[in-house]
Amino acid sequence: MMTLSIKTTLLSATILAGLTSATSAATYMRGNDGNPETLDQHKTSTVAEANILRDLYEGLVVYTPAAEIAPGVAEEWEVTDDGLVYTFKLRDDAKWSNGDPVTAGDFVYSLQRIMTPDTGAKYANILYPIQNAEAINKGEMEPSELGVKAVDDKTLEITLNAATPFFIELLTHQTGLPVHPASVDAHGADFVQPGNMVSNGAYSLTSNILNDKIVLTKNANFHDADNVAIEEVNYLPFEDRATCVRAWEAGEVHSCSDLPAEDIERLRGQHDTAVRVVPYLGTYYYALNHKDDTLADPEVRQALSMAIDREFLADEIFQGTMVPAESFVPPGIGNYAAGSPVTEYFDMSMLDREDKAAEILAAKGISPDSPVTIELMYNTSENHKNAATAIADMWSNLGVNVEFNVRDASAHYAHLRDKGDFDVARAGWIGDYSDPQNFLFMVESDNDGFNYANYDNAEYDGLMDQAAAETDLDKRAALLQQAEGLFMRDLPFIPLLYYSSRSLVSPDLQGWEDNIQNVHATRYLSLPQ
Amino acid sequence: MLSYALRRLLSAIPTLFIIVTAAFFMMRLAPGGPFDQERTLEATVMANLNATFGLDKPLWQQYGIYLSNLFQGDMGPSFIYRDKRVHEILAEGLPISIQLGATALILALVLGALLGSIAALRQNTKTDFAVIAVATFGITVPNFVVAPVLSLVFAVILSWLPAQGWGQWNQMILPVIALALPQIAVVTRLIRGSMIEALRSDHVRTARAYGLPTHMVVGKHALRAAILPAISYLGPAAAALLTGSIVVEQVFNLPGIGRYFVIGALNRDYTLVMGTVVIVAVFVVVFNLIVDLLYAVLDPRVRYD
Amino acid sequence: MTDMTVDNAPVQGESRSLWATAMLRLRRNKAAMASIFVLIILALAGIFGPMVAPHSYSKVYPEFVKVKPSLESYPQEEQVIPAAESALRRARVDLGAIDVEDGKVRIEVSSDSRDIDPRISRYLDRSSVFSDAEITIDPTDPKKGVIEASVQQLYFLMGTDANGRDLFSRILISLRISLMIGALATAVALTIGVIYGATAGFIGGRVDNVMMRFVDVMYSLPFVFFVILLVVFFGRNLVLMFLAVGAVEWLDMARITRGQTLSLRRREFVQAAEALGVSGKSIVRRHIIPNTAGTVIIYMTLLIPKVILLESFLSFLGLGVQEPLTSLGVLISEGAKNMRNAPFMLFYPAATMTILLFALNFLGDGLRDALDPKDR
Repeated sequence: MMTLSIKTTLLSATILAGLTSATSAATYMRGNDGNPETLDQHKTSTVAEANILRDLYEGLVVYTPAAEIAPGVAEEWEVTDDGLVYTFKLRDDAKWSNGDPVTAGDFVYSLQRIMTPDTGAKYANILYPIQNAEAINKGEMEPSELGVKAVDDKTLEITLNAATPFFIELLTHQTGLPVHPASVDAHGADFVQPGNMVSNGAYSLTSNILNDKIVLTKNANFHDADNVAIEEVNYLPFEDRATCVRAWEAGEVHSCSDLPAEDIERLRGQHDTAVRVVPYLGTYYYALNHKDDTLADPEVRQALSMAIDREFLADEIFQGTMVPAESFVPPGIGNYAAGSPVTEYFDMSMLDREDKAAEILAAKGISPDSPVTIELMYNTSENHKNAATAIADMWSNLGVNVEFNVRDASAHYAHLRDKGDFDVARAGWIGDYSDPQNFLFMVESDNDGFNYANYDNAEYDGLMDQAAAETDLDKRAALLQQAEGLFMRDLPFIPLLYYSSRSLVSPDLQGWEDNIQNVHATRYLSLPQ
Repeated sequence: MLSYALRRLLSAIPTLFIIVTAAFFMMRLAPGGPFDQERTLEATVMANLNATFGLDKPLWQQYGIYLSNLFQGDMGPSFIYRDKRVHEILAEGLPISIQLGATALILALVLGALLGSIAALRQNTKTDFAVIAVATFGITVPNFVVAPVLSLVFAVILSWLPAQGWGQWNQMILPVIALALPQIAVVTRLIRGSMIEALRSDHVRTARAYGLPTHMVVGKHALRAAILPAISYLGPAAAALLTGSIVVEQVFNLPGIGRYFVIGALNRDYTLVMGTVVIVAVFVVVFNLIVDLLYAVLDPRVRYD
Repeated sequence: MTDMTVDNAPVQGESRSLWATAMLRLRRNKAAMASIFVLIILALAGIFGPMVAPHSYSKVYPEFVKVKPSLESYPQEEQVIPAAESALRRARVDLGAIDVEDGKVRIEVSSDSRDIDPRISRYLDRSSVFSDAEITIDPTDPKKGVIEASVQQLYFLMGTDANGRDLFSRILISLRISLMIGALATAVALTIGVIYGATAGFIGGRVDNVMMRFVDVMYSLPFVFFVILLVVFFGRNLVLMFLAVGAVEWLDMARITRGQTLSLRRREFVQAAEALGVSGKSIVRRHIIPNTAGTVIIYMTLLIPKVILLESFLSFLGLGVQEPLTSLGVLISEGAKNMRNAPFMLFYPAATMTILLFALNFLGDGLRDALDPKDR
C-alpha cells in the first residue's frame, strides 16, 4: 500500500510564522468580483462565490497562502496502489460554528446532495470521478449508491470510477465543501440565509444584502481560531472594476479582486507594489471551426496563428496584464512535469512569421489580391473588441479580411453550445483545478460542451484515454504533452494569451501571497494597526 | 375625480396583464438561456437545472405557473441569484432606489422650476444665456461620464465624500447629483419654454397690468400653467428614476434595483426581468395617473368627468 | 366639401406667413444663427470629413497606441531612435550611430560574426515609422553597412485610441453615424409620436384611454430585450437600429403632444373650428399640431441627444454600431474607461458631443421663440 501522508504540524508552523500573535480587532473591507449567485456550495459556479465559501467552510483539503494543498478537515489520507480508493482521517477538533463535531457522515451527506438531480448543481460534473456520481446526477441511481462511505465518525472512504491523479486537487474546489446536514434538513434551500447557516470554516455568516455587502464574523469554534487575526470581513461586490479602484484609492476597501486593464499603467506608477499582476491558470483563445471550408486546412490555421503578434496584444491591448501564449495549457500548472511542447515558430521573429504565414496562404491562393473573408465572433467587452480589431489588422496583411459578429455573452455561448455556424470565435478557459487534463479535455471529439471547433482526431482521443488510465504521473505527463503537441499542430483553438490575476492590495493588509490560483483565504491575512 | 382615479386604477389591471404576457413571451424569443455562460454546462447538469426551474415544461404551462404564482405575490426564483426569490430581491432594493430617485426628482423639480423661471423672466439676457448653457451642459454629458468624474473628484482627490456604498447619508449625495443633473437640465428647459408662453398669456398680462409684484405673478399664475409640460415629462421620468439606474448603481456600488433590468436581460434571468417589468409597469401606470390628475388640478380647462 | 375649400385658403395663407415670420425672427436670433452655422459645419465634417481626413478611421498604427494629441508629427524626435532600435532588434546586428535629420534616419550597422544581410532593411520598412529604407554595405568590409530611411510624418492632432487609430478621423466618422442615428430616429419618433398624441388628445374619452394604455404597455416592456430580439431577427443593421430606437422613443413625444392637445382643444379657436363643422382630421392638422410645435421642437432638441446617448448604451451592450465604424457615444464610453490614463480619449469626443448638442439646443430655443404663435 502506497501511503500519502502529510504532517499537519509542519505546515501550521510555517503558517504561524507569517502571523504574529492575534492582532487587534479589525474589519477587512474586501472587494469581490461581483455579487455571488449563491452561498450554497453545491449550486456555486463563480470565483466570487469561491472566495466567500473558502472563508465560511473548510473542506477535506485547503490551500495554503501560497496555494499549495494542505490538510483541512482531513489531517491525513491514504490512497490504494491502483489509485481507486482514498481514505481520509478527519481531525478530532473540527467543529461546526454551532459546536457540533464535523463527521465523515457530513461529507457523505454533502457529496450525495451535490449529485442529487434536484439540487441543480452547476458544477456537479467536477466530482464525476467519484464512483456512480454521473449516474446519480442523471437520475439513474439512488444518491445512497455514491462511492462515498463513512467508515466511522472520523474516517471517510471515497471510491473512484478510475484512477484520477488530480482527485485531491478536485477537492480544493468549493463544490467539495461540506454542508451541515441538520441545517439543510431544517431549512431546505434557505440554509444559506444569515441566521440559518452553520459553517465549519474560519468565519460564519452574519448578514448578506444583495449587491451591498456580505458580512462574515470570526467563528470561535474553528479549530485554528487562535491564529485567525481578522475579526470581521465585509465582502463588497464590485461589478465595475473602476469603482473598486476608486474605493481603494479613497481608503474604503483594503483589496480589489480585479482591475481595469486600461488603468494598470497609471496604478503601477502611483501605487507600485500594491498592484499585483500574477500568472493565472487560464487561456484566452480563438476557436476555429473545423467544418469551415477555409479553416478545415491545418496549414491555414497554422498561418493564422503564426501571424498573430501576441506581444502586441499582451503589452498594448491588455497593458501587460496578460502573457503571450505559446501553448494551450498555461505554464505553472500542476502534474505536468514534461511541460507544454515547444512550437517552433514562436522562436522566429515576428517579421519572419508574417512572411512564412503569407507564403503558406499564398500557396493556398489566399493573398491581399485574392482575399478571403472570415467572420470573427466575440462577446461584448471593450478588451475583446480591441483584441479582435488588432488581430483583424494582423490578418488583413495576409489577405484574410475579418467581419465582426458581436453578441452578448448569453447569445454568444448559446450559439457555440448549439453548434451554430461560425468561423472564428473568442472564448476563454480558467482551469477548475491544476491539471493539464482540465485544459486538453476540451477538444476531445466527444466533448459536446467545449469542443467548439468540432475537432475530431482519433489519435488525440487515444492519447487522452491513455493518459486517463495512467497512474504514473511522469508517464501521464508525457502522454499529455504528446496530445498537446497534436493540439498545437492541428490548432482546434489558437491560444492567444494566458490570463493573469490582477489585484490591488493595501500595504496595511499583511499575509497576502501572490499565487497562480489567486486564492487568498482571509484566515491567513491580518490588518496590523 | 375620485371615481375617475378609481376607474383608471381598475383599467390598469388589464394593462398590467398585457404587459406581463407580452414580456413573458417576448423574452423567451431571445437567443440563449439563463444557464449559457462562459463555461458551458455538462448536458446532464443542464437538464437537471432546467428541471429544477421548470424550464423543461411547455412554455404555456410555464406561463400558467408564473401567472398563478404572481397572483399570490410570488415572482418565482431568480435564476442568477439562486438564494433568493425575485420579490425578495426587489423588496430589498426598491426602497433604496425610491429613496435615491425621489430625492433626485425633488431636487430636479425645485431647481429646474427655479432656474427655468429665472431664465424666462430674463429672456435673451446674459442670465438667460448662462442658465441655458449650464442646463444644456447637464444633458450633453452622459451619466457614465458624470458619475465616475464626481466620484473621482469628491472622493478620491478631495476626500470629501465616500466613493461608493450605501448606508450613511453622505453616501447619497454624489449618486443623487448624478441622477438629478440631466433631469434638472430637462426641467429647466421645459419650464423656461412654457414660462415664456405663460408670461404672455392674457391672465398673466392682466395680473401684471394690475400691478401685482413679479414674484407673485410668476409663483401664483404663470408657474401653474408653465409647469404642465414639465409634469408631462416627469411622469415617465419619475417612473424611470424611482426604479433605479444601472450606471449610477454600478459606479457608486448601490444595492438598488436599476441594475437588475440589464443584468437580468443579459443573463436571461427570466423571472428577474419579469419582476422588474412588473415593478416598472406599476410605477408607469401610477405616475401617469398622477400626471393626469395634476393636469386637472393645475389646468382648469382640463376636466375628467 | 364646399365648406372645406372655403375654409382652406385662409388657413394656408396664415400658415405660410407664420413660417415666413418665423424665419425672419429666427434670423435676428444670433445664438440660433450661430448654432445653425455650427451644425452645418459639423454635418459637413461628418459627411465629407472622413473622405479628406489624413488617416482612414480604420487604419491601425501598432507603434502608436494611445499617443497623446500633438501638433508635431509622430514619431517625435526622441521616439525615432528607440523605434529604429526595436525594429532592428530582430535583425541581429550591432547598431552604431543613429542620426535623425530632416525626416531621414541614418543608422550604422555592423556585425562581428557574419556579413550583413541586405534584406535587413526590410525590418525598417515593416515598421510604420520608416519607409524607403536602403542599405549600403561597406565595399571594403561586408560586415559593416549603413541604412538610410525616411521617417514617416504622421499627425495625430487628437491622439490615437487603444488600437492606435487616429482619434480625429474616428471622431469625424462618429459624427456622421451619430448625426444619422439622431436624425433618423428622431424623425421616426416625431412622426409617430405627434400624430398619435394629437389624435389621442383630440378624440379623448375612451379612444384616448385605450391609446394611452397602449403607450403605458410599450413603456413597461423591456427595451433591452426588444432590441436584442430585433438584432437577432434582422441582423445587425444600422437602419433597423434607428427604427428600433425611434419606435421606442415616440412614447414621450406622444404623451407630451397629448397633454398639450388636451388643453388646446378647450381653447376658443379650436372650439370655434369645431362649431364651424371642420373635420377632426383637419383640426388636428391645422390647429393642434402647429400649436404644439413650440413644445415639440424643444422636446425634439432634447430627444436628439437622448437618442445619441441611447445609441451609446446599445453599443455598450454590443448591439449598436459595429467596428470599425464608431459613434460619438461609443467613443465617449471608451474614453470614460480611459479617463485616468488617456484623458484626451474622453475629452475630444465629449467636447464634440457638447458642441453638437449645444448647437441643437440653441437652435431649438431659437425656433421655439420664432414659432411662438401668440407673439406675432
